[in-house]
Amino acid sequence: MVIGAGIAGIQASLDLAERGIKVELVEKNACIGGRMAQLDKTFPTNDCSICILAPKLAECSRHPNITLHTLSEVRYVEGSVGNFTAKVLKHARYVKEDVCINCGTCVEKCPMRVEDDFDMQLRKRRAIYIDYVQGVPAIMTIDKEKCLWFTKSACRICEKVCEREAIDFEQQDTEIELNVASIIAATGYDVFDPTPIIYLGYGRFPNVVTSLEFERLISASGPVGGHLIRPFDKKEPENLAFINCVGSRDIKNNPYCSSCCCMYTTKEAMIAYEHNNKIQSSIFYIDLRAGGKGFRDYIQRGRNDYAITYINGKVAKILQDEQKNPIVVYEDTDTFEVKKLKFDIVVLATSMVPKKDAVRLSEILGISVDEYNFLKSMAYHPQKSSKEGIFLCGACRAPMDIPNSVVDASGAAAKAAEIVMRV
Amino acid sequence: MSSEDIRIGVFICHCGTNIGGVLDVPSLTDYARSLPNVTYSADNLYTCSEVGLTEIKENIKEHELNRVIVASCSPRTHEPLFRAICQEAGLNPYLFEMVNIRDQDSWVHMKEPEKGTDKARDLIRMSVYKAALLEPLERVKVAVTHSAFIIGGGIAGMTAALNLGNQGFKIFLIEKEPELGGLLNSLNKVFPSNEDASKLLEIIDMIESHDNIKLYKSSVIENITGFVGNYNVVIKQNKKTINIDAGVIIVATGAIPLSPEGYFGYDKKKIISQLDLERLLKDDQVKANNITMILCVGCRNEERRYCSNICCMSAIKNAMLLIEKNPNTHITILFRDIQAAGTDYEKYYRRAREMGILFIKYLPEKPPIIKKDLVDVYSDLLNQDIKIPQDLVVLSTPLIANEDSEVLAKMLKVPLEENNFFLEAHVKLRPVDFATDGVYVCGSAHWPADIAESTSQANAAASRASIILWKDQLEVEGSTAEVKTELCIGCEACIRICPYSAITKDEETDTAIVNKVVCKGCGLCGASCPKNAIIIHHFTSDQIRAEIFTYGGEI
Repeated sequence: MVIGAGIAGIQASLDLAERGIKVELVEKNACIGGRMAQLDKTFPTNDCSICILAPKLAECSRHPNITLHTLSEVRYVEGSVGNFTAKVLKHARYVKEDVCINCGTCVEKCPMRVEDDFDMQLRKRRAIYIDYVQGVPAIMTIDKEKCLWFTKSACRICEKVCEREAIDFEQQDTEIELNVASIIAATGYDVFDPTPIIYLGYGRFPNVVTSLEFERLISASGPVGGHLIRPFDKKEPENLAFINCVGSRDIKNNPYCSSCCCMYTTKEAMIAYEHNNKIQSSIFYIDLRAGGKGFRDYIQRGRNDYAITYINGKVAKILQDEQKNPIVVYEDTDTFEVKKLKFDIVVLATSMVPKKDAVRLSEILGISVDEYNFLKSMAYHPQKSSKEGIFLCGACRAPMDIPNSVVDASGAAAKAAEIVMRV
Repeated sequence: MSSEDIRIGVFICHCGTNIGGVLDVPSLTDYARSLPNVTYSADNLYTCSEVGLTEIKENIKEHELNRVIVASCSPRTHEPLFRAICQEAGLNPYLFEMVNIRDQDSWVHMKEPEKGTDKARDLIRMSVYKAALLEPLERVKVAVTHSAFIIGGGIAGMTAALNLGNQGFKIFLIEKEPELGGLLNSLNKVFPSNEDASKLLEIIDMIESHDNIKLYKSSVIENITGFVGNYNVVIKQNKKTINIDAGVIIVATGAIPLSPEGYFGYDKKKIISQLDLERLLKDDQVKANNITMILCVGCRNEERRYCSNICCMSAIKNAMLLIEKNPNTHITILFRDIQAAGTDYEKYYRRAREMGILFIKYLPEKPPIIKKDLVDVYSDLLNQDIKIPQDLVVLSTPLIANEDSEVLAKMLKVPLEENNFFLEAHVKLRPVDFATDGVYVCGSAHWPADIAESTSQANAAASRASIILWKDQLEVEGSTAEVKTELCIGCEACIRICPYSAITKDEETDTAIVNKVVCKGCGLCGASCPKNAIIIHHFTSDQIRAEIFTYGGEI
């Protein structure tokens, strides 16, 4: 059983399935794909994220050895290595999975507008929806919390317009039992909410955004179709600031390093420049952590070819002028002066934090968490959890980038295969 | 097959509103029906839905279709599915063609739907003309040897061997040194637990006593031939030549620390390397109270632009151990950027600062100067020169690629990057695979890696390898290259350009031959052949010409 179908869970599942091992892939959301599906491009190759991910999504849903359980949560696990029994709660989708063909008619007619989490709440979706066009499984889901039928016993328009009669308001949550030899947790991370760091102005200033919000703003499939504008006043920005280590390397919030932000802020600045080469970016950093393959050259390219200025130092505070332009106050370590710089958009590279239900999952699985509530892995065998037969991969065990998550995932698959071959 | 026998079915997808909302799909369907050899055409809301797929299968039977075209999204995501459907209906999967009218048409011409529809007409017509010339192709099957050959007996190679051995595969592990363990043998303790390196070497006993693992120590590789599932390796051990058959090969040859010879007056006494310090610590021979460590010696410069990833942590580790041994030791670490990514390492770095280790950021344009009892350094943060008393200077140098990497890469026919580390198939999604099937890389042979990274990659490589190893036979792509021997002049242009090393020269006939198992059908050889002697099946010159001529007319 693989828990979580982001890039790590998907890679682990595909490796095992290709190895001839049956996989139960359990995903909490309606679609698989995880964080990687939300990203525009990926460093250091600047590949389009969804373009390299989509074939893997399709493979996951097609593979005869993979059973996909979406909208599903692991509720209870017992047993030990070689023989675990898991109870999985499958939430009702209220759409018949084998009938819906994702035609979109219901979405057009649904009157309910809902904040879209996939787009970081930068636009509205409907109460019946699919997260993104390439989503797998390619079927609709009714958001029970928001649907007028469930909240006010009204509407049911989707049912009327669906020619295939795929809507089923009578569907119930079901519990299934899975018997597995080994478990891989690949539940990923949450994004740190920078609102409590009051001096950065997030939430108060409309042009201070998080990096994942910015990622959606520059994405072609995002809320502004990839044409970078300030959501606030539709102005085309020319000066961007990126603040690294927001909530990371910060003993008041998260003492650890989120390990990807130095690279992805460079990437985001590069893509912004590709959209409009009038754009100049400043990246405020503590250390530039670029130890991965080709990472140093990537930073150098950013500096030379993409008008990125790297400024060493932590930002003191962010202010705002009358036109709502954010102003970054920082100490220039070259001149020892406190300086103010005005930008069109400030992007906060917020830390990767443990999933809010990580502790609960650790209790269900009977494994430990570390002092930050990441699932605890062994120092020199990072895919091993504290319990035999349960393995970890990707950002659920520590912040990491995509290549490391993929390595981790294949590594966890190898360890799980060892167990399966033994029983 | 004469053209009268060709019966093409064209299925055009609305893709919800993705295509149908922009292009005039019903008119495209009518248009397709008007084209030569087209027996049937239809449009579907979603051709890839269960309904759409069933429709394809039923119409293949009902209309005796022997060519199928789907005009929809992208072959990258959907071609395997449609090919499989054709096969289920009894049609050779290579008699299927896909036209991309979404990603390359409706999405990019959203604001000019009429022009977009015109373009779709052209694309569909081109495909129909090509489809008439399609030939059925067979996927080659090849048997697999269920054993792995692993190069390098360091922590990465041993971890991969142990995992695959435990999975039940036969392993041949080769090490050029007389003992297993690699670089770990020269280390004192390891970060971030600060336990003895020897503790991690306990794996050696498991390797040596494992039933499935055959060890060749003090051995070198003489030659490697073969291809995925069927490699043959010739090794030499004590003048004895041994032949080994293996289905896959894992490269775990590690890297070597750069000797600081020529930097900062390195003399192995008062100015030593981090590796020298490991040895001194192991033997408890450090006699210094004021120690300065300089990081990034010989890297992040013109000659080696890269950051070696692990040196910050090993310097911090040794600094901590020195203070633990003698709390009166003063240690200063001169750094450029501290690499302490993640949870454990950042904590380790914080602990080091709490222990009183002093960190000073230096600029490469104003490097530290070592004097008799002092190190002079300009601190960017304080904007002033600092004098630090010293009686020992320790230089941290990067890991550099093994000098025999080039020879090995040549034998394996896999690429190296500019610093001579092995270059994987895809940085993002295939970090331990090579473009050549059946060969994998892990540990510092790929890029400087610490122990946790090396064991992770080793297990990852084992996982990828096991995907080949468990199978009795492999089925490989049918659209491959073929050399028309009578036209080949033996110039080797194709051999040089092939990224998969699929082409060799038949010495007897002096002509090129393509190994169909290794060939991916990329077409580079066909394009580079000066004599037009190479057919790329499924993309033959005739097929491509038919597409071009029906678009632009014959010259």
